[in-house]
This record gives sequence, C-alpha cells and structure tokens, in this order.
Amino acid sequence: MSPQIEIQIIAVVVAVACALPGVFLVLRKMSMMSDSITHTILLGIVLAFFVTHDLSSPLLIVGAALMGVVTVWLTEMLSRTRLLAKDAAIGVVFPLLFSIAIILITRYAGSVHLDTDSVLLGELAFAPFDRMVIGSVDIGAKAIYTTGILLLINLAAIIIFFKELKAATFDPMLAAVLGFSPALVHYGLMTLVSLTTVGAFQAVGSVLVVAFMIGPPVTAYLLTDDLKRMLIVSGIIGAVNGILGYQAAAILDVSIAGSMAVVTGQVFLLVFVFAPRRGLISSLLRRRKQKMEFAKMTLLFHLYNHAGSDEEASECGVDTIPAQLHWDSAYTVKMIRFLERDGYVQLLDGLAKLTEEGRNASIRNYNALFAG
Amino acid sequence: MEKQQNYAVEVEDLTVAYDAKPVLWDIDLKIPKGQLMAVVGPNGAGKTTLIKAMLGLLKPVTGAVRFLDGSGDIRTLKNRIGYVPQSGSVDWDFPATVQDVVLMGCYGKLGWVRRPRKADIELTKQTLQKVGMQDYTTRQISQLSGGQQQRVFLARALAQEAEVYFMDEPFKGVDAQTERAIVSLLKDLKKQGKTVVVVHHDLQTVPDYFDWVTLINLRVVASGPVEEVFHEENLKKTYHSSGTLLRSVV
Repeated sequence: MSPQIEIQIIAVVVAVACALPGVFLVLRKMSMMSDSITHTILLGIVLAFFVTHDLSSPLLIVGAALMGVVTVWLTEMLSRTRLLAKDAAIGVVFPLLFSIAIILITRYAGSVHLDTDSVLLGELAFAPFDRMVIGSVDIGAKAIYTTGILLLINLAAIIIFFKELKAATFDPMLAAVLGFSPALVHYGLMTLVSLTTVGAFQAVGSVLVVAFMIGPPVTAYLLTDDLKRMLIVSGIIGAVNGILGYQAAAILDVSIAGSMAVVTGQVFLLVFVFAPRRGLISSLLRRRKQKMEFAKMTLLFHLYNHAGSDEEASECGVDTIPAQLHWDSAYTVKMIRFLERDGYVQLLDGLAKLTEEGRNASIRNYNALFAG
Repeated sequence: MEKQQNYAVEVEDLTVAYDAKPVLWDIDLKIPKGQLMAVVGPNGAGKTTLIKAMLGLLKPVTGAVRFLDGSGDIRTLKNRIGYVPQSGSVDWDFPATVQDVVLMGCYGKLGWVRRPRKADIELTKQTLQKVGMQDYTTRQISQLSGGQQQRVFLARALAQEAEVYFMDEPFKGVDAQTERAIVSLLKDLKKQGKTVVVVHHDLQTVPDYFDWVTLINLRVVASGPVEEVFHEENLKKTYHSSGTLLRSVV
C-alpha cells in the first residue's frame, strides 16, 4: 500500500471514530469540552510515563483516558459551585492541566521523545513510517490498526448503548427515573471521548481531533432530523473531509492536518449557508415569507375591524392606511395588491374593501391564532 | 379502620435545601391510591422540588419517600412510576421524531442494552392515538407547538404504563383544546385506578379537574379531598408570604 493511501485510510478511520462520540458532545452542548480533553490528556500520558518509563506502554492510554475523565469532573465540579460559569471553568482547568504537562515534559522528560508540537498538530505524513510488523511481515502502518480498534470500540459502544445515550442526552431527568443513571452514561461517554482522543491525537494531533469531533456533527445537525441519521451523516462528512483535506494538502503542498481542519470548516460553512431547511438562506427566505404573511394578516384584521364603521374612510383608504399602521406607502400598496390577488380585498373609490372571502379568511386567522 | 389506608406515595419528614436555604421543610404527605391530586402553591413554593425529591432526582437533607404501601423506593419501583417533566426542560431541537420520544417511555421496562421491539412500537402508536397525535408519528419534534409537545410527553408517560404518575405543569402553555384533552386523559387514568400527582397553577380549575389537593408553601399547608381542604382560609395561608405563614403556624 502506498503511503498516500495509508494516510487517507488513517484520516478516514480517525474522522469516523471522532464523529461518533462528537455527535453526543454537540447535542449535550459540550463541544468545548473536547478542546479541553484533547489537551489535558497529555498530563495523563506524562504521569503514566513517569510510572512506566516506557513510551509504548498501554498504561499511557489508561492514564490519558483517566485524565480526560478527571478533566470533565473537575470542570463540572467547579461550575456546580455556581461561582463560575461552565465555559470559565473549562478556561481554568484546561490551561492548568495542560501547562503542568508541558512543564513536566520540559523539566524532566526533555530527553524523551514527547514532542509538544506533534501533540498539537500531529504529523499525519509520518504515520506510515511506523509499521505494524507481525513475524517479519509488514502488514501496514501501525496507526491504521490502533485507530481501527478505536473505531470499533466507539461503534460497538454507541450501537450497544444507543438507547441509553439517546435518553440521557435528550431528557436526563426521565433517564434517571427510568433507572439509567445519567451520570453513568455521561462519564461513560466522556471515557469514550478521552480514549478516542488518545488514540487519535498521536496520529493527527489534537487540533484535528477537535475539528473531527465537532465539525462533522454540527454539519450533520443542519442536515438531519434523526439521531441515527445524524451519526451516519457525521461519519460520512468526516470521511469526505479527511480525503478532500488530504488531496488539497497534496496539491498545495501544505500541512495535512491543517488542510483537513480547514476543509472541515469550509464544508460546515457551505452547509450552514445552503442547507435545505436549516441553512442560512432558507431560514432568511422563510422569515421573509412569514413576515409578509403576518403583514397580510394584520392588514386583513385592520380592514375587518373597521369595515362598515364610521371611520372606514379614514382607516381603510389606500392613502390613509400607511399612517394608521405606520407602514410606508409603497409597502402598503404592495400588501394590498397581494390581498387583491388572493381575492380578499377589492379597491373601491380608493378604499380597501374586504370581500366575502376576505372576511372569512380574517375570521379563520383569528380562530387559528387565538381560540382553542 | 379507615377506608383509605392504601397509599400510592408516603412522604415522611422530607426537607430539601439548596445550600443553607430550605426549599421544602418537614413535609409529611400521604397520597391515597387512585386519586387525582393537584399540588398547588405560589411561585417558589417548592412544587417542582417536591416532585423531584419524591422521584429521587434530588437528594433530601432528611426524610424518606415510599411508594405503593412501602413496597419499595424509586429505584426498585422505577417501572411503576411515570414522570412528565416540564416541557421546557428539554431541547426540542434534538434530532428525534415524535415516535422516538414516545418510545423512550418503554425504555424503563426494557432495561439496559435491550432494544425496543415491535410490541413497544405498537404501544407508542396506541398512546399517541390516546393523546390525538397519531398523525404526527414521524414529525420532527422541533416542528411541534407547545400543546403538541405536552401531548407527546403525556403519550410517553402513558407508554411507561406506570401506576403512579407525576406531572410537572402539564397545562403550561397549552391551548384550550389540549387542556380539555389532558383533563379527560387524567380522568381516564383515574378510572384505571392509577394515581396522578399534578403540579398545577390555575386555582380556578382545581375543583373541576382534581379530587385531591395539596397546598404547599415550603411546608404542607393542607392536604386532602378538594371539598374539604380547598377553601379560602387554606388558600390565604398558602399564598401569604412564607414569613407570615411560619408565624401563624408556630
């Protein structure tokens, strides 16, 4: 297998593995927690390294995962005191733990290969150099296997506990009453996020882990109405981002991880603007239409209220309505035209008169809005 | 012996505090089986807190809650206790359909890991029918009106097939038609011998909708059949500021 293909396989596997727990982070409004965890787990790795003195020990992963959970726990404990907000708590815990890790590395582990730059940005380009060799047979880049196992763990956990994750995320109170401890589900999910981070950041760096965890889920959120579909679409978007990002990096000869993160952001922006129902353009159009419908309804009410009364001439004239409703006259004329076209209004001697249909429509609107 | 010795819920010496401030103080309450009970009191009287404490969602400072004649607490009886939280307590932009939400009512019976089966989906269809939402099964929940959200929550509670129901302001923000639908549903539940505890805001409708009432303001002012305890004197006690209430009680 060529290194190019291997890098893309790793990127796709990592992207999907990150997107799955990321969906729940986004739905729980904990996106920034992933940023925090991706950094603080470094402290877990460093501490575990001091115990084992072996950079390839699996204890490093355990240490990192534990530190991820500790991060969440510390942050939530701080914010639960109500002395500071949750985002502030993240802002305190994350730099503190991360900086302790940096200081420990520079003071005591300078000679060891624990490179802070590669923690942040990762170096996907080097991933194929680290081979998985069984006996004397090279069976591909090691990162494919480590991230592959990660993906399997995440897939299994989310398939098995789908119902619990869904209930505890949507309605933690009900979940608690039904006997699914929301705290247990919460910390289970956080362990999964920590594990994913440890497994993924060695290959792609912590910035890209955050991009992969949050970008695809928020993009999918704009496109789907269903949790299962959101998980699947997130995975697909993550994979596509990975491949597109790699191709862009190859063409432009720039950082692979950086390029993937940029593509992730761009794909989100595209969807954000153009998504069919929840996109910016379609919401703007919908809002404009609603505003117009409402204006038409308001005008109908106004005409209905004053029809046949003494002040009809001063209230319902095409040139008096603007002053009454504080509309500008061009807008008023436009609305009257619309109502005319709908067959609700007729113009008689400069007065806007309701037709029979218009009267009925007004009554219908009133009932729909105010009556039970 | 008195006739009503079967209790759905018994609360003894329940005190709940946020930090040093008591929210509920020394609550003793017995709710007989098969009653439709309103919990009434001013804002901040601790109505929601009382329900949450009974359901074990809050840890009380003192006191105990027993269900169904002491046959267990909330942990062992979870499948016999139904809950309708305030509809504003969840994020209605969550990616789920009406049916997904109602199906959650079946989760308690299923327990960990097991998936909903055909029979569960059948049950959700029936309960949606009961609340008049059968045409909205596949509707995304963000597209529902306030009244429809409340109906969905009720359908979910029905799917729990519980014996005792706790509902936190089910009439909040619903249209008159939904209110009527909910009331007839509550009466149906009573007919089936279920006990329903409802946090309620509208004093005028208490005698029409309920047959048992608990008036609280930090402590229980009165609790009993509507015709016996729902009168002006008790209401005055309940809706006075808590300071005067305590002085008059001491």
